[in-house]
Amino acid sequence: MKLSELRKGDRATILKIETDESLKGRLTSFGIARGTELSIEECSIGKKTIEILVDDTLIGLRAEEAAKIEVKKIEKVEMDKDNGSH
Amino acid sequence: MEAIKVILAGQPNVGKSMLINAMSGSNSLKVGNFSGVTVEKTEVCFEHHCHMLEMIDLPGTYSIRGFSQEEKVAHDYLLNEEYDVIINVLDSTHLQRNLLLTLELLKLNKKMVLALNMADEAKKEGLEIDVKQIEAIIGVPVVLVSANSKEGIEELLERVHDIADHEQRHNSNIIYSNPVEEEILVLSNFFKDRGFKLRDLTAREMAIRLIFEDKDLYKELHEQPIMMELQPVLVASLEHIYTHHDSKNISDIKASEYIAIARGIRMETVKCERNKGQKNLTKKIDDILINKYLGIPIFLFFMWALFQLTFELGAVPMDWIDAAFGAFGDIIGSIIPNEELRSLIVDGIIAGVGAVVMFLPNIIILYIGLALLETTGYMSRVAFMLDGFFHKFGLHGKSFIPLVTGFGCTVPAYMSTRTLKSEKDRLITLFILGFMSCGAKLPIYVLFAGAFFGAEKAGNILFIIYIAGAMLGLVMAKILRVVVFKGEDEPFVMEMPKYRLPSFSLIFHTVYSKAMGYLKKAGTFILVASMLIWFASAYPKQPLLGTAYEAKIAQVMGNEEQVATLKNELKLKELEGSYLGQIGKASEPFFAPLGFDWKMAVALETGLAAKEVVVSTLGVLYAVGDDVDENSNSLVKELQANVSFASAMAFIVFVMIYLPCMAASMVFAKEAGGYRYLFYLFVFTTVTAWVLSFITYRILI
Repeated sequence: MKLSELRKGDRATILKIETDESLKGRLTSFGIARGTELSIEECSIGKKTIEILVDDTLIGLRAEEAAKIEVKKIEKVEMDKDNGSH
Repeated sequence: MEAIKVILAGQPNVGKSMLINAMSGSNSLKVGNFSGVTVEKTEVCFEHHCHMLEMIDLPGTYSIRGFSQEEKVAHDYLLNEEYDVIINVLDSTHLQRNLLLTLELLKLNKKMVLALNMADEAKKEGLEIDVKQIEAIIGVPVVLVSANSKEGIEELLERVHDIADHEQRHNSNIIYSNPVEEEILVLSNFFKDRGFKLRDLTAREMAIRLIFEDKDLYKELHEQPIMMELQPVLVASLEHIYTHHDSKNISDIKASEYIAIARGIRMETVKCERNKGQKNLTKKIDDILINKYLGIPIFLFFMWALFQLTFELGAVPMDWIDAAFGAFGDIIGSIIPNEELRSLIVDGIIAGVGAVVMFLPNIIILYIGLALLETTGYMSRVAFMLDGFFHKFGLHGKSFIPLVTGFGCTVPAYMSTRTLKSEKDRLITLFILGFMSCGAKLPIYVLFAGAFFGAEKAGNILFIIYIAGAMLGLVMAKILRVVVFKGEDEPFVMEMPKYRLPSFSLIFHTVYSKAMGYLKKAGTFILVASMLIWFASAYPKQPLLGTAYEAKIAQVMGNEEQVATLKNELKLKELEGSYLGQIGKASEPFFAPLGFDWKMAVALETGLAAKEVVVSTLGVLYAVGDDVDENSNSLVKELQANVSFASAMAFIVFVMIYLPCMAASMVFAKEAGGYRYLFYLFVFTTVTAWVLSFITYRILI
C-alpha cells in the first residue's frame, strides 16, 4: 500500500520509493529509504500533509509525495503506545 | 602566522551559527530553530592561542548534492574553495540522520573534526555517546560540545589546532554490507596486484568510489590503460551487488548502504537509557498544536494575540514618547531665537524623528513575537499545517517562513526565499512578499487605525489589515501561478524540529539588535530625510504671498477669528507653493480618484525611500500646515480633522500593497535575478494598489 493511505498511529516499512532522483536524494538524507521503518504521527486537515517519525526525527510530507512511497504496514502486536517510535 | 581557515558544515538546524557564536564569544550570527536561517555563507574571525581562526558558516545542507539554492552555496563552497579544516557539526540527539552527511563529507578527503553539538540536550534525554568508539569507526577526532552551555568548546578549538598542524589524515573503519565488502576486496586487490596508484586515494577508496559510480574517478580512469582490464571485473562486481540488493539502481543501493552504516554507528555508540521525557514533550505539544482541528484556530489565535499585544501594550509607552518629544520640541523651540533654525529643528527634525521613534514599543513587541515563533520550532509546524491551504494558491508550505519573516522586515524575507527549491515557487513568493506588511509599515497603520477607529478597536483593525494583506497575497499568488509562472510544484518534505525553549539572552539579543537598527535608522536616515522634507516644504520662500496676506490681516485687525483663518490660509498657500507642494500637486491627478490630497500623495512618494518616512512626512506636513501651538500637537488629531474616513482607508490599502522600500527593492532585484523583475514588481504593485484603493474609496465614500 501507499504511505498516503496509512492512518495516524500506523507503523510501516518502506518497500519502494518511486520519485525522481532529486527528491529521492532528499528523502535519503532524511533517512527515508527502502527498509526504513516509520510511524504516522499526525495528518493535517483533509490529509494534505502527513507528519511521520523516522529515527527520532519528525518529518512533514505532502500527500502527493507520500503517494509515491510504497510501504508495508506493520500490524500492531500489543504495542506499548508510549514507545511507538521503536 | 597564517590564519587557519575553518568551515562549519552540517545539516540544517544543528546549531552551526550558535556554535560559531560560542567559539568566538560574540553574538554576531542570527540563530533560529528551523531549517534555513543561514542562507549565505558568513565569516567570523577571532584569535585563539595566538592563531587567527577564520570561521565560515555555511548554510545547513542535508546532503552534499544540493537540493535547494542555499544548499548549493554549501555544496559549491565545500567542493571548490580552499580551506584547512571542516568542522562537521552534528545534532547529538539525531546522530543517525546527521551521520549521513558525515559519510558524504568524508569522501572529500579533507581534514575534519566532528562536533557533536547539543550534548547537554542529549544528556537530558538520557543518551550516552561513546565518543572514542565513533572516532575509531569514522577515523576523525570527535568532540562532544554544547553551544548552549559552552561545554567542550575549548576542546573543540584545541582539536582544530591539532588537526590543522598534522599532515596525516586518519583512515576510517566504515564497513559496508557483506556483498559490497566482498566486491570492495576484489577490486582493491585488483589495484594492489597491479601496484596502481591515483592521486592520494587508497586502493579501498578507489574501489568504493568505483562501485558507487563516482563520475570524477571514472573520468580520470578512462584515460588509464588499466581501464581495459578493470572493466570486466567491475561489471562482474556490480552484477553481484545488484543480485544481492534486488535492485539495479546504484544510487538506491548507496542510499540503503549509507543508512545502514549510519544506523550501525548509532547503535554501536549511543546508549539510550529509556528516559524519553523531552521527546514525549515535543509529541505532547504537537498533539495540541498541530491537531487536525485545533491546530489552525490556535495558530490564528496566536497571530491575533500578537497584534493585540502590539497595539494595546505598545500604546502605553507610545504616549509617553509622544509627550516627551512634544515637550522637548517646545523647550527647544523656546530657546532658539532664529525663526528659520527653530522651524528646521522643531518642525523638521523633532517632528519627523519623533514620529518614527514613537513606534519603537510596537516594533519591539512584534519582533519579540516573531523571534519566539522562529526559535521555538513552531514555524515549521505552521508550514506543515498550511501547506495544503497554500498549495491551493500555488504556493509552497515553506513559503510561509519568508511570508512571516516579511511581517518583520522584507529584506531578510526576500533572502529566506532561497529555501525554496523551485524557481517558480521562489519568484511567486518574491512577488507577493510585499503584501506582508513589514514592521516599518506598522506605524502608518497604528496611526490611522488609532485615529479613525479609536484605541479599543485598533488592535483588531491591525489584525484585519495584516490578514487582509496576507489573503490578498495568496490570491495574487494564485493569479501569478495560473497566468505567469506555470509549472511543476516543489515537493514538500520538511523537518519538524524539536520544540525548544529559547534562552532569554537569545531572544533579547535578536530583538535588541533589531530595535537598535530601527533607532539607528531614525537617527540617521530618517533624520536626514526629515530635514530634506522640511526644506522642501519651507522653500522656496514666497515673500509676495506673505505681504499680500499681511495686508489682508491688517484690514480685519481686531477680529481674532478672521485673523486666525487668514493665517491658516497663508500657511496652506505657502505649503502648496513649496517644492514639496509642487511635487504633490503634480502627482495629485494620479491620486485624486483615490481621495488623497497632495500631502498624502507626497507621503506615499517619500515612502518609496523607507516606509518610516511616510509617517514622518505626514508629521512634518501637518505640523507646518497649522498653527504650531500646544493645543493641537498630535498628528492623530490633525488627521482626524483633515482626512476623510474613506480616504484614510484607501490610503491604508495603498500602503499595504505598493512597492516596498528602496533597500528591499534592491534585494528583490538581486534575489529575483535582475532589475527587469523590479520593473515588473513596480508595475504589478502600483497597478494593484491603485485599483484596490480606488475600489475601497468608492465603496466607502
